[in-house]
Amino acid sequence: MGELAGDKHVKYILCVEKKKDSFESVVMEHLRLNGAYWGLTTLDLLGKLDTVDSNEVVSWILQCQHESGGFGGNIGHDPHLLYTLSAVQVLALFDKLDVLDLNKVTDYIRSLQNEDGSFSGDVWGEVDTRFSYCAICCLAILKRLDLINVEKAVRYIVSCKTLDGGFGCTPGAESHAGQIFCCVGALAITGSLHHVDKDLLGWWLCERQVKSGGLNGRPEKLADVCYSWWVLSSLIMIDRVHWIDKEKLIKFILDCQDTENGGISDRPDDAVDVFHTYFGVAGLSLLEYPGVKAIDPAYALPVDVVNRIFFGRC
Amino acid sequence: MHGRPRTAPKPEDAAASAAKAQKLRALQSQFLSYHHDRIYTKEALDTSAKLLEINPEYYTAWNYRKLAVEHNVKESESSPESVKSIFDEELKVVENALRQNFKSYGAWHHRKWVLSKGHSSLDHELRLLDRFQKADPRNFHAWNYRRFVAALLGRSVEDELQYTEDLIGNNFSNYSAWHNRSMLLSEILKKKEQESYSQDTISKEYEFVLNALYTDPDDQSGWFYHHWLLDQTSKAKAPLLVSSWPVPGSELVVSGNVSLGDHPLSSFSKVTVALERFPVVLYFNQTVEGVNSSTVAIQCTFVQNEDVTWKPFSPQNSWASKVWVGYLDLSGVDHHSSAPHTVEVKLGHHKGIMSSNGLQLSVPFDLSFRVSVKPLETQSSKDEKLVWEEDKFYACEMPIPCLCYDGISVGNKYEPTTSDWQIGTIAEEISQIRNLLAISDSKIGKITLARLLMAHDVMSSPYATKTVHAEEVLGLYSELMKLDPSHSQYYKDERSLVLLQQLLSSGGTLLKHCFYYGGITSSSTHGPICLRLNNQSISRMGAFDKLLWVQMLDLSDNELHSIEGLEAMQLLHCLNLGRNKLRSFTALDPLRCLKSLKVLNISHNEIGLHSIDTTRYLCSASPLSHNGEVIWHGDDFTPEDADVTNYWEASMVFKSLELTQLDIVGNAVANEKFQSFLLKILPKLQFLDGQNLHRI
Ligand SMILES: [Zn+2]
Repeated sequence: MGELAGDKHVKYILCVEKKKDSFESVVMEHLRLNGAYWGLTTLDLLGKLDTVDSNEVVSWILQCQHESGGFGGNIGHDPHLLYTLSAVQVLALFDKLDVLDLNKVTDYIRSLQNEDGSFSGDVWGEVDTRFSYCAICCLAILKRLDLINVEKAVRYIVSCKTLDGGFGCTPGAESHAGQIFCCVGALAITGSLHHVDKDLLGWWLCERQVKSGGLNGRPEKLADVCYSWWVLSSLIMIDRVHWIDKEKLIKFILDCQDTENGGISDRPDDAVDVFHTYFGVAGLSLLEYPGVKAIDPAYALPVDVVNRIFFGRC
Repeated sequence: MHGRPRTAPKPEDAAASAAKAQKLRALQSQFLSYHHDRIYTKEALDTSAKLLEINPEYYTAWNYRKLAVEHNVKESESSPESVKSIFDEELKVVENALRQNFKSYGAWHHRKWVLSKGHSSLDHELRLLDRFQKADPRNFHAWNYRRFVAALLGRSVEDELQYTEDLIGNNFSNYSAWHNRSMLLSEILKKKEQESYSQDTISKEYEFVLNALYTDPDDQSGWFYHHWLLDQTSKAKAPLLVSSWPVPGSELVVSGNVSLGDHPLSSFSKVTVALERFPVVLYFNQTVEGVNSSTVAIQCTFVQNEDVTWKPFSPQNSWASKVWVGYLDLSGVDHHSSAPHTVEVKLGHHKGIMSSNGLQLSVPFDLSFRVSVKPLETQSSKDEKLVWEEDKFYACEMPIPCLCYDGISVGNKYEPTTSDWQIGTIAEEISQIRNLLAISDSKIGKITLARLLMAHDVMSSPYATKTVHAEEVLGLYSELMKLDPSHSQYYKDERSLVLLQQLLSSGGTLLKHCFYYGGITSSSTHGPICLRLNNQSISRMGAFDKLLWVQMLDLSDNELHSIEGLEAMQLLHCLNLGRNKLRSFTALDPLRCLKSLKVLNISHNEIGLHSIDTTRYLCSASPLSHNGEVIWHGDDFTPEDADVTNYWEASMVFKSLELTQLDIVGNAVANEKFQSFLLKILPKLQFLDGQNLHRI
């Protein structure tokens, strides 16, 4: 089995950040804040966050914030919960949450909760349990969960449960691993995991592991590195991660590395990107791969960052 | 980001890409300036359309178009024609965008938004969907949109059910269609009250899915649906009390808060509990709510019914649980007389105890037992160290009284909750799957057979005392471990549950695991009875309904990494979890409920060895899962100088216990610093890792 090419991945991430002129990076420009979260968290997990000028990042992030309090995916783009979460997470990474006008951000998030407990992603009203996770995770990090109706939020998530014990984006929708992470994560953060049928969901999730060792997101689909995160984190939160073969999964992730130029792809020999590089490294972290810092399965931040926030542990 | 091959960039590609990028960048900045200046002219709209055609994920452009629609509709309010053309244009832009990427959240939502304004014909939308769903029958965006359109159209559930049937007919490996079918069918089953109708429907579904299973026995899609059907079939209709402590008719002698050495737990009917906390445990076959002093009536001379508070035992704050406990305060009983007191517990005579789907307790249940308090003797003398060594245990020859609900009369009022149809259906499926497995080695088929067999056992014996199929199921899981080694831990866990069920279900096998503990020198009679399930390759604990009576339990030398469910064992005094695979203190969370626990061995586990804590979110009092219960810093129980910041997990578990003996050696966490922390938060500790602390 190959080894983790950590230094190459660090170089790759720093290099992507500079290569703003490629078509790929222009296409991704509207979600640069997500990209920043993926890249910077990867750097932190690999112990290289200090190669980045935090002041520069923080001041850019603040420029992505709107009057409403929400953050857009980049400067000039509309605010949305997806990017608001990334902004809060990156600030947490740098221990810079104090730059935020707390009331402004939390008012924005609170304003997006609907009568039935669900959350809209922005003022245009798309409802999805992904946004429930964004809102709950953000408010928990900011220690303002009391601002929303948690009970209703939980009830809405539970109403999205499916035949396989998983969760869909709205009631009636099919479950897939990404959505399950959001719902299980939100339930974990609100201390509501008793709503999850852990054995049923755990079995469905462990059956995501296919012959190659990789994980898929739904039955009869291809394995993909990003599911290493979605499936693994969910399995960990419900304490069923021992039901998969960790060694085979590690091998699959390592096989998806570009060992020459750095970066990790969705499947072996595909083109790499920051998204899959993050999910590959985060997956290895959940698998306790040596040399990678531990990541928290619910907050999707390094464990030391989460412990700093909630326990004042340094 | 998906499915692009990794190729070394050729110079000409790089140049082309740069040119393309430049064009797109120009388009984007043009668009953003229109957006910020609120310009909604045709030219501006065209720019956004072009942008979205290239990059449908550019969400701000969708927002912009909504603003533009609102603006332009207002301008042309008088002309329905131009309003229609405005919306038609939006539908066209969405269609173009979906052609580029039909997993675009923004595009689908935009279409929904237009539709919710009352535009486009719903039939047109259905036709469009048919086209998209044919191209990718698993696209969940399209399925979601379909549910949305079907609801707007008021299409019948039956019509949509037919649609899933058609798609499954085309390709049975369509999990999305199976999923939608389960949703539609749940709706139908909920609506139709008539039982025979539901039964017919479910029976037909079994036939339907069986066809798919035969086509490719290794495809998962149909099997998950089959599993769901089994769940619909075997769901016990109404909750049932399957176990309790004390059991009906028992005669108990209680001695309060004294040390093990003085009052050996030398028979099944002698217990040591704090006199203010005599537990009554109710164990149901499913999660119930509504257990309280108005649904459970307690009659006895020393406690007022209203004074008994019933608590659910679920790992987190919840109103529902399978296990409930109420504490009776015995401190008012005359300690100088050993006259027995009769306690009657009546439940289910008033409505209120019900399952999560609203079904009431199936039959009222009365249980009565007698309890006498052992007269207080002079203050207990000395504490003795408990040693978990092989030569300290002696075979138990005492016949075991009835400890669980099987042969004992649980009242003749009991009506079976399982119908002939249920048992018949499961039996039929067992034979169908057996046939299938005769021609294929399908792993998921074997899992299904194992589950069917267990379901059959539970249905034929609601108190789980007859395990007719256990041997066969154990065999199936052993086979599966070989057939599918990647998931061997799953099979091992399932196997452990069956094994425990089998071990504990009959008095005969149970007796083989009961031993006297003979390590107490001052004991004049037999030592306490210990249930020894050590060295059984158990990777998961279960069958707790059979273990409510246990006061001393040896689980050492197993492969446990969790003790979920152990909180039901309210009498537990001594527990040996040595040489298992416990990974963290949060995994010990269930111990927090065991107020009688004094002696604990968790030596030689993996606590402190792992960077990832898999029970971090399953413990009831973690500051990470905001459920209100947490006071972990600076509360009254924690000494100020204890390093709670770094050991909050340990502090959370231990501060609610009054351990006198703890073995923790052989865990990565157990260094000197940690030991001194333990001494601070466990003031009653007498022995740590076998060392007498000489504290008193
Ligand atoms: Zn992926």
